[in-house]
Amino acid sequence: MENPLSAPLIFFASIFTNNILLANFLGMCSFLAISREIPSAVGLGLAVTFVMTCTTALNYLVYHYLLVPFQLVHFRFIAFIVVIAAFVQLVEMVIDRYSPRLYVVLGVFLPLITVNCAILGVCLFMVIRQYNFVQSVAYGFGGGLGWLLAIVALAGIREKLKKAPIPKALEGPGISLIVAGLMALSFMAFSGMISMG
Amino acid sequence: MAKIRTRTFFRKGVWEENPVFRQILGICSALAVTNLMTNTLIMGLGLIFVTAMSSATVSALRKITPERTRMMVQVLIIASYVMMVDIFLKAYLPDISEALGPYVGLIITNCIIMGRCEGFARNNPVWPAFLDGVASGVGYALVLLVIATVRELLGFGTLFGMHVMPSGWVPWTIMIMAPAGFFMLALFIWVAYELEYKKTQPSHGDK
Repeated sequence: MENPLSAPLIFFASIFTNNILLANFLGMCSFLAISREIPSAVGLGLAVTFVMTCTTALNYLVYHYLLVPFQLVHFRFIAFIVVIAAFVQLVEMVIDRYSPRLYVVLGVFLPLITVNCAILGVCLFMVIRQYNFVQSVAYGFGGGLGWLLAIVALAGIREKLKKAPIPKALEGPGISLIVAGLMALSFMAFSGMISMG
Repeated sequence: MAKIRTRTFFRKGVWEENPVFRQILGICSALAVTNLMTNTLIMGLGLIFVTAMSSATVSALRKITPERTRMMVQVLIIASYVMMVDIFLKAYLPDISEALGPYVGLIITNCIIMGRCEGFARNNPVWPAFLDGVASGVGYALVLLVIATVRELLGFGTLFGMHVMPSGWVPWTIMIMAPAGFFMLALFIWVAYELEYKKTQPSHGDK
């Protein structure tokens, strides 16, 4: 049983209609924490997109060529998280080497990409929806771009919000969530375009 | 003595340091599963189990875990418990397992658990770590249940799948969709912070 949707369709759906952040609520912690300024949001977004694309590909191979043949499907959580952790470590080393400033800005949130639920979420959705390899990679890449789009948009809005008169208790996470809710509403406008399970 | 300490753990986990609206941790699932109360309850119980057990295990192994591979060990411990929950749900509650979809697996990446392991279990003996885990889990589950009550009541007109609203009630569909999840949590955080402001007027960090 394969998923009948074509890869480009999945790619666009995962950016707009099924945005991993606004429709599936994944990767919220870093979404709220890193979205204060656009540059760091872009940096983290790109790192997440990269990790997501590569780990969906790797995890697809691990799942279908290691776990399924040996009937270890229940161990997928452990296998996936190990692959993701190893990959994040690699990205961390690369960023540290080539962009030390970004490395400092992202700080603890870089290793925390490991526990960014968006990444594990994409890998699990890939299994549940029975995507094939190309579909999975398209989904991972689209999911990453969708996340990047959402976090950069939120960072842009929050830069403007700094000057807005907001009730004291609503500052910070509260207002960010409301903005995210409004973004989710506006993204729902795309939902007529593509329908996806 | 022991009793008083248990109570402090719970006061901290449920209100003072509530993971959801104080530390803004683990809110992905808080948003995603709260459109039906049954799912929310199961998710909450699953999370309490995983937080408590992995806190206890991390604490039990704290002396023999090398500092450098700490995170990895913790993630593996958490993942094993999540695996148990997943298998249990598949065997006994297949419908709910289906409905929760990937969110059971995503308990692994729920920051509450990692947060408790890193922040508490790593430096404390097994029993307090266990209690601390239970308390945080309960705090999480309670907030989720409150949000789920509102969302299910307004969105479907039901509670735990039973009709409670009068027949003339038109379901407010947006409540069970994504945006309302954000709004509800935002409201919750707003109210919680507002109450806290009343208590401690001048001294407030930027947390």
